[in-house]
Amino acid sequence: MYTYPDAQGNFGPFGGRYVAETLMPALLELEEGYAAACADPEFAQELDYYLHNYVGRPNPLYHAERLSEHLGGAQIYLKREDLNHTGAHKVNNTVGQILLARRMGKGKVIAETGAGQHGVATATVAARFGLQCDVFMGEEDMRRQSLNVFRMKLLGAEVHPVNSGTATLKDAMNDALRYWVSNVRDTFYVIGTVAGPHPYPKMVRDFQAVIGRETKEQLQKKVGRLPDVLLACIGGGSNAMGLFYPFVNDKQVRMIGVEAAGHGIESGKHAASIGAGGIGILHGNKTFLLQSADGQIAHAHSISAGLDYPGVGPEHALLHELKRAEYVSITDAEALEGFKLLSELEGIIPALESAHAIAQVVKMAPQMDKENNIVVCLSGRGDKDMHTVADAFGVNL
Amino acid sequence: MGRIEDTFIQLKQQNRAGLIPFITAGDPDIDTTFEIMRTLEQAGADIIELGMPFSDPAADGPTIQAASQRALDAGTSLEDVLTLVERFRSVSDVPVVLMGYYNPIYVYGMERFAARAARAGVDGLLLVDVPFEHRGEIREYLDPHAIRSITLIAPTTMDKRTQELLNQTEGFVYYVSMTGVTGTTSIDTDSIRERVSQIRELSPVPVAVGFGITTGADARQVAGFADAVVVGSALVKVIQRYSGSAELLDQVREFVKDLRRGIEQAQS
Repeated sequence: MYTYPDAQGNFGPFGGRYVAETLMPALLELEEGYAAACADPEFAQELDYYLHNYVGRPNPLYHAERLSEHLGGAQIYLKREDLNHTGAHKVNNTVGQILLARRMGKGKVIAETGAGQHGVATATVAARFGLQCDVFMGEEDMRRQSLNVFRMKLLGAEVHPVNSGTATLKDAMNDALRYWVSNVRDTFYVIGTVAGPHPYPKMVRDFQAVIGRETKEQLQKKVGRLPDVLLACIGGGSNAMGLFYPFVNDKQVRMIGVEAAGHGIESGKHAASIGAGGIGILHGNKTFLLQSADGQIAHAHSISAGLDYPGVGPEHALLHELKRAEYVSITDAEALEGFKLLSELEGIIPALESAHAIAQVVKMAPQMDKENNIVVCLSGRGDKDMHTVADAFGVNL
Repeated sequence: MGRIEDTFIQLKQQNRAGLIPFITAGDPDIDTTFEIMRTLEQAGADIIELGMPFSDPAADGPTIQAASQRALDAGTSLEDVLTLVERFRSVSDVPVVLMGYYNPIYVYGMERFAARAARAGVDGLLLVDVPFEHRGEIREYLDPHAIRSITLIAPTTMDKRTQELLNQTEGFVYYVSMTGVTGTTSIDTDSIRERVSQIRELSPVPVAVGFGITTGADARQVAGFADAVVVGSALVKVIQRYSGSAELLDQVREFVKDLRRGIEQAQS
């Protein structure tokens, strides 16, 4: 039986709570607040209500027949997180955390964002519940994802440009932590992925696990059995963890996380923390990181801003160590091919993040029988990536 | 007994608070840091806090972030920092506390680090992102070498937790005088006086106060109710401003002397 994390937030040798003392009391308060919410049936009802009426859940598990036929192997099912309100899986978690923030009496929320999806999802629910919202975003990402910056501002959030370090997601997280340290008493930090100090990896996983629970039920209805393979892209790893977690004790289900190989692992320009990183401590948890031999955090690279993070959630590190999940990587170029293929064959334009998982299914499905099935988490829609993709294809918009 | 304990005994005899300046090792380069450390000693530093540069200093404000980046750009490694302490130790008995983040040490290897640091003459280690809950992971290796693991207490630390933390302290306690990152706002001494006095009553070890102390006048006020005064960002700014200039060491000396005068004027 899988019972991670332990009471201290350790996922075996990973996870934990490596933060400044100033934040410890806030994390202990959050842990208590979250435990109390979990024990309260009213909280579950409230969460269900908003997931159904506001987010639009359950979303479909869609049989991608043309893609399956084209690849000529396993049947491919897409878990349509792209159809959620705000266009990605991120909102599953922000709805949960905002309800918790309200319950705990916090008037302000902050968030870090990479691609901007988590920032938008946080700004959205903050608007819905009338909470002040500040989002930290790397300047480089603000340039790549200007549309999402505009969306956040429209939703009433203040977007703080971060220009330290590499001016991407990891630096946004540093600045969000700095802001939180300074405003910890009245501010709730909505972390967007299954990383950070305990209880975030567990809490975000729990809120995202609705993806896997629905998938299990929906596939059971459609084909009367469990999936053979689960596939999801991994930056911090929240959509993957959400899909995987309800299947973790179903040993016959293969779980495969797809990291970003960027220009290729051997180029050194990638974001494959598990595939090519080492163990270390960053942003409150012990996990696999991209880092120098001297323990300095390295630059991550991916065409998709949402995967451009030099770490990974500690539970993925554990699943890798336990060999319960497999981790592979997909290059920028392969992801772009996947992006095109899904658009052309199914009329679904995926987020570049999700296109990494599509590219992996392109590799795997032909090797499998037609009776097999693969569930791919289509974590978000691609509207936000039009400029990046146009650039990559040499098109001037 | 170690150098840190000896220092606080002497301070008690002199009936004054200690002065603990913080600088980042390798800013602007390792050789200059050595000269700065010598200058700090001559200007009246009682303990030196030496920052180990890290790429992602999430508990630091812009000043120390930038210093850390300059040190990394100059190629400063953890090994360089330890060699620097070794060189300083060959000419000085001023205690040195290394301050920084866990990852570079974790990657270096905690056991290897502890042995190497002890040989170099490091007296204490303060890892900002290793709270009480994870302290065992580092003390297991530091204790056999008598390197003190320095504890931080914050304004947000609740009373019960403060007591738990104090029960495990050694060397000295570092009270973070405000809820924030380093070097962003000035200290409001009146608001912290009471808390510091309360911690001093409970604490088996001396209590140093840091964050937001920028001038001799601040130092004087804090020295009135603390066992030691830590000054970081304000000093790092002086180094940044005069980096590369012939005036650097003189400016550092004047700045630290002013802090020291403030402390000596305090009524304790």
